[in-house]
Amino acid sequence: MSAKTDVKTFFGFKGITLLCLVILYAPLIVVTLYSFNASKSITVWEGLSFHWYLDVFVGPESAKFKQAALNSFVIAIVAATLSTAIATAAATAIVRGGKFRLRTASLGLISLPLMVPEIVTAVATLIFFNSIGFTRGFLTILVAHTAFCIPFAYLPIQARMQGIEDTYEQAAMDLYATKTQAFRRVLLPLMMPGIVSGFLLAFIVSLDDFIITNFVKGAGVETLPTAIFGSVKQGLKPNIMAISTMLLAVSIMMVTISYFVSKSDNTK
Amino acid sequence: MAGGAASGGSAASDTYAKARHWLLLPSWVVVGIFVLAPVLMMMVYSFLTKEFRGGVIWEFSLSAYDQFFFDRGLFGDEPAKIDWTYIAIFWRSIWQAGAATILSLLIGFPTAYFIATRPEKNRAIWVFLITIPYWVNLLIRTVSMKFLLRDQGPLNDFLVNIGLIDTPLHIINTNLAVQLGLFYSYLPFMVLPIYASVERYNFALSEAAADLYATKWVTLRRILLPAVKPGVIAGCILVFVPSLGAFLAPDLLGGAKNFMIGSLIEEQFKGNAGNWPFGAAISMILLTMVLTILLIYARQQRQAEDLS
Amino acid sequence: MTDASQIAVDVRDAVKRYGDFTALQKISLSIRDNEFFTLLGPSGCGKTTLLRMIAGFEDVSEGGIFLYGEEIENLPPHQRPVNTVFQNYALFPHMTILDNVGFGLEMRGASKSEARRRAGEMLDLVQLSQFASRKPAQLSGGQQQRVALARALAPSPKVLLLDEPLSALDLKLRKAMQIELKHIQRETGITFIFVTHDQEEALTMSDRIAVMSAGRMQQLGAPQDIYEAPRNMFVADFIGETNLLEVSVDAIEAGRATCHLGGGHELTCNAVDEVKRGARVHMSIRPERLFLSEHPTESESLKGTIVENIFIGTDITTIIDLAEGPNFTVRTSNSDRGTKRIFEPGAQAYVNMEHGAARLLVD
Ligand SMILES: Nc1ncnc2c1ncn2[C@@H]1O[C@H](COP(=O)(O)OP(=O)(O)OP(=O)(O)O)[C@@H](O)[C@H]1O
Ligand SMILES: [Mg+2]
Repeated sequence: MSAKTDVKTFFGFKGITLLCLVILYAPLIVVTLYSFNASKSITVWEGLSFHWYLDVFVGPESAKFKQAALNSFVIAIVAATLSTAIATAAATAIVRGGKFRLRTASLGLISLPLMVPEIVTAVATLIFFNSIGFTRGFLTILVAHTAFCIPFAYLPIQARMQGIEDTYEQAAMDLYATKTQAFRRVLLPLMMPGIVSGFLLAFIVSLDDFIITNFVKGAGVETLPTAIFGSVKQGLKPNIMAISTMLLAVSIMMVTISYFVSKSDNTK
Repeated sequence: MAGGAASGGSAASDTYAKARHWLLLPSWVVVGIFVLAPVLMMMVYSFLTKEFRGGVIWEFSLSAYDQFFFDRGLFGDEPAKIDWTYIAIFWRSIWQAGAATILSLLIGFPTAYFIATRPEKNRAIWVFLITIPYWVNLLIRTVSMKFLLRDQGPLNDFLVNIGLIDTPLHIINTNLAVQLGLFYSYLPFMVLPIYASVERYNFALSEAAADLYATKWVTLRRILLPAVKPGVIAGCILVFVPSLGAFLAPDLLGGAKNFMIGSLIEEQFKGNAGNWPFGAAISMILLTMVLTILLIYARQQRQAEDLS
Repeated sequence: MTDASQIAVDVRDAVKRYGDFTALQKISLSIRDNEFFTLLGPSGCGKTTLLRMIAGFEDVSEGGIFLYGEEIENLPPHQRPVNTVFQNYALFPHMTILDNVGFGLEMRGASKSEARRRAGEMLDLVQLSQFASRKPAQLSGGQQQRVALARALAPSPKVLLLDEPLSALDLKLRKAMQIELKHIQRETGITFIFVTHDQEEALTMSDRIAVMSAGRMQQLGAPQDIYEAPRNMFVADFIGETNLLEVSVDAIEAGRATCHLGGGHELTCNAVDEVKRGARVHMSIRPERLFLSEHPTESESLKGTIVENIFIGTDITTIIDLAEGPNFTVRTSNSDRGTKRIFEPGAQAYVNMEHGAARLLVD
């Protein structure tokens, strides 16, 4: 069908889409390119080198960044695991618990961290820990991240679970499985793609978080985003671009895994 | 990151009805103690008296709100006068977030539409392309933007080299930079809901309109747009709400002159110079605004659902 | 065969309510051991609900359900020796065919190897052994259907429940599966409770049929009884094709009722206790029990004009209009073409029936 007669096609929309992609990717590509810049300055290009990557691992700031990276990953893994487990249980109750009075309220509570602006959550969490006299540090970040990540883990799990008809559990129970067995042997394996997506999303959200971490981290404890932010405040340096590029690679790896997991529907 | 409450779908299945309260308990405890209780605590703090060196004195006071709205204070000696300093910051935030939303809509709608009209097997890959940047650390994206937009940055280099401009454009530390940064931060939130509603749209309706002598643009305006309006509204809310309280884009791209709510709040908790009750009060005002928007949206959604 | 009078499933005054809505109103049924029993009725009449109550997925609002004399309505599904073939099969998509079939045995405590061995035997029974290691999605609809059957039969349930198991199959496959199901039922001697809304399927497969409508039992009986002697208008209309006429009963004498059809036409048929003289009721006459002739015959004959002939493969359907009276649909088998005349539209003819072909219905 030609563009003239096809009611679906609009002139210029394709161009805008390509522009959109350019806008989305140009900054990332530019930063990746410049992370391989041999120059000490960020403005001039002096040829390809891995200098700044080396600098990240052995340079003067390497200890700080290594510790920050370790903190970030440990927090992200633990917070994502906890929030995924909590979200899986909650989704089971919401999707398979029938109608009940607290259902809407529970859904509202679970999605609360999505509705409250992040900076407000950050302020509130800081005030809370302060008022109960809890010293800020690693643990406060972990707890805040776990709570904040629950809705992110929850959404893909709920979506997946709604797509699974309850006849599967019923068939299992009809074949003499108890409710627990039906959950473990039938429902859980079928929910797995949703659980993996939920975990990855929670992981990325935790790894990404700057604002809440910045408020509740306390002195001395840094995660990658807070360390990068602190460094950028002093001025843009090429080693930040190298770190950014590595984090970029992690993110893209995650999203690719998540894409293939969501595509590999184990019911087919 | 804002989003309406997840609906949870229809509740027909009740296989695990007996265990539901136990299954929900962990989420109640964790979200209740570490999100809901802190927000309530913050509300309490906004009515307390500030202590120098950060923190509060447990004494009821309206001075935080007073400071926000009035010069010298409503309860000061002189006649109260409205102080526009903070209101102006709020106003600027709304304006910046609104501009970013419109920018996102202008780019996001055609993009979403284009993707939704691709052959079905290609759509997933387009959506994937649009969502990848969302998965990249927001801080890194903002830093990248800062790097790209600098006076001596790659964008200016490029524009000068191809001869489009003679002298580098000054973008960084302007309102435009902040708008671009916000737009860049939340663009996928605009594209995805619009995409979802266009994909659900039945193009036979457009053909029927064309058959009745409507031009393409009239068809778009009169037939398609009303049908995909819920997606457009959802997209606008998903961009506007997080932009309103954004911290990174205004802080890194806007510089000191282009202060937004996020930075104002952050400042109240930094070091000893801060004012915790005031910070809590600003947060409360922001939260009230956001919840009002979400509430109006939710109510309209419900009405639309009741109609259909 | 075991004692045929033994009752496998006894449903006593079962009521099912969803909020204000009553899905089943005081249903009572006794399903015999070894029987192929069918629940037949239009969509939404409560067949699935009744089946799910027997399986244990819905609780009973009132009344009781007994399985071989034991009250079961309070047992959870996994404690009822009853298995189900689900409408959409509900094969576990993440397990192989063999593991699907072995699941019930494993849950009953059989070892994995024992479960596999027995599952293999069941797959032999349904002729799918070569697909044992495949996943359900890799099988055709008909094959999935047989796996679902094997899975439900593997733990040797006392009663097998089947909810429209053939509805997703194409016509040819459905016919083949009907025969296979019937065959397996005889071979295993398990009581089958089969749900369908397809009356032809019900008639060909069942030992007995319960016809349901709007949550009520309309008639229970052997296929012949239900077809030949429908009790009420719903059953006559739902099962097979029929001429439904509104008549007034003029006289009842010696077990025969004379009925007025309108336009001066009269018919006599067997009287029914519930229908009194002067009543306006419905009468049902199956089209294949009618035949056309040029002249009146010794049996009941009514004169009319041929309206049209419709060719439908094995039969020809003729519509004849009685002057000022009702229309009749007459079915003539094509194999009778040699002996029976086909009248052109517009021709005058008599429509005839044997005594007893017309039945009065209780509304
Ligand atoms: N969970 C429920 N809540 C409320 N009403 C229900 C529920 N389940 C079934 N019903 C109602 O009960 C009635 C009987 O439903 P049922 O599924 O038993 O019908 P059916 O005879 O199996 O129909 P079909 O041939 O379409 O499968 C229907 O009117 C249905 O709407
Ligand atoms: Mg049904």
